[in-house]
Amino acid sequence: MRHDFFDRFSRLDSSIHHLPSSLKLLFSFGIIFTTVIVPVYYQWVFFVFFTILILVSFMSKIPWRFIGGRILFLEPFALGIAVLSLFQHNGFAIFLSILIKSTLCLFTIILFSNTTPFSEILVIFRRIGIPALLITILALTYRYLFVLIDEAVRLRRARDSRMFVIRRSRIWLSLTSLMGQLFIRSTERSERIYTAMISRGWK
Amino acid sequence: MHIPDGFLDAKTAIATGVFSIAGLGTALRHARQHLQSREIPLVGLTAAFIFVAQMLNFPVAGGTSGHLIGATLAMVLLGPSVAIIVMSSVLIIQASIFADGGLLALGANIFNMAIVAPVSGYVVYKTMRILLRDTRGQLISASVASWCTTVIASVFCAGELAWSGTAPWNIVFPAMAGIHAVIGVGEGLITMLVLSAIVKTRPELLTNTSIRSNRNENKSTLIYGIVIILGLILLIVPFASRLPDGLDRVAQSLGFESKKVANHGFSTPLKGYNFFGIESNALSTIAAGMSGAGLVFAISFLLAGVLIPRKKNADNSPYST
Repeated sequence: MRHDFFDRFSRLDSSIHHLPSSLKLLFSFGIIFTTVIVPVYYQWVFFVFFTILILVSFMSKIPWRFIGGRILFLEPFALGIAVLSLFQHNGFAIFLSILIKSTLCLFTIILFSNTTPFSEILVIFRRIGIPALLITILALTYRYLFVLIDEAVRLRRARDSRMFVIRRSRIWLSLTSLMGQLFIRSTERSERIYTAMISRGWK
Repeated sequence: MHIPDGFLDAKTAIATGVFSIAGLGTALRHARQHLQSREIPLVGLTAAFIFVAQMLNFPVAGGTSGHLIGATLAMVLLGPSVAIIVMSSVLIIQASIFADGGLLALGANIFNMAIVAPVSGYVVYKTMRILLRDTRGQLISASVASWCTTVIASVFCAGELAWSGTAPWNIVFPAMAGIHAVIGVGEGLITMLVLSAIVKTRPELLTNTSIRSNRNENKSTLIYGIVIILGLILLIVPFASRLPDGLDRVAQSLGFESKKVANHGFSTPLKGYNFFGIESNALSTIAAGMSGAGLVFAISFLLAGVLIPRKKNADNSPYST
């Protein structure tokens, strides 16, 4: 599985990774909820949270460059919306508070998702009472996400090896036909998966 | 359109969360009653497909790129209820693994992109299909529905941001609706081209509405409609009625507007839409929306003619869904 890049570090071996996942989820959710509802002039709250998160990330052995890169990668989306808040009374204060809060929340989610495997998150979901059908679909989606990315890369490589240079106007056509092909292959794959699931005693 | 954490306050997050649970719960109940177990893997794989499709970047002018949202595509392929489940799964995985879209804002994101988008797309699509019944009509309807869907979802997004006090409505509404009126054109094009690619190789995937649960949608659609109207009353109506107050502010923000648009990389035909938006009374907004939809319809109509050559002796209504 070459494209295991989403939660690449979720299966590391550290003291944080060994903590029970429900505890980590509760903790992360607590941090995010408090961050969102606490007014920005209680600055010490955010300092405390940042310190805790930095400590956790240090203990979890996740490379710094990965966390930093992820935050920098996702920050522009937040910035794009945050800029809109500048245009009102007291706009700059709101802008700053949004920026601090969203960065803190991003940091929390990145740490959580990279210390907890997705299958364990699903176990917690089931315990909360989320319907089994949704859990099954989420598990299937996560499992075959990486397979489909590989498939898309193969389709793209096949296309590139048949072409020299793609004209800009052709990129849209060739990308969409690639996507159409990908969907057709996923429906065919879903039929094979169903047979495999049945033969292993599912339902 | 993924709202990160920190942008919505607690009341908005909770209200949209309740709406999402109601909508997604209805969709799951519908699926449990009407979906065959054979089709469950297909739903999971379609969600994975939409996720991967969102990762493919389409080059737009000026070295920037855009990508698909996919709500309408999922709706055309599998029907509104399954599309709600598909889009929700995509958003849940994006939020909990990729940190794309917040954890607390998940309710709002599911409401905008997984409930409002497929259901409003379904309404537009179904209405247009009454008149346009052949394969070309299907592509045109899907394309126009994607555009409407993108704009409608962005208006809800604006309402949520405004209700949280993050940004004033008279800034965030024209900015979001304007930018997404352009993004929507790309969305419509991609949806149409993908569907035409599928029609060329496996037409039966689109014609006999491959999934069983597609029948009996009426009752669940009614519930989605109620949920969305509640959201409309809570999130948008209080601002829309106050819209004329903000006349000056919008005009003031126009300089900033074009800057924002340039940041996003979509700089071309947006200004017309905003120009109507400045008038800022409900009528001209509606007029702008209608003309946008008309433009998208014209483009789709021309493109569909190119993509699906009309056969001489094709019977007229083989695909009445």
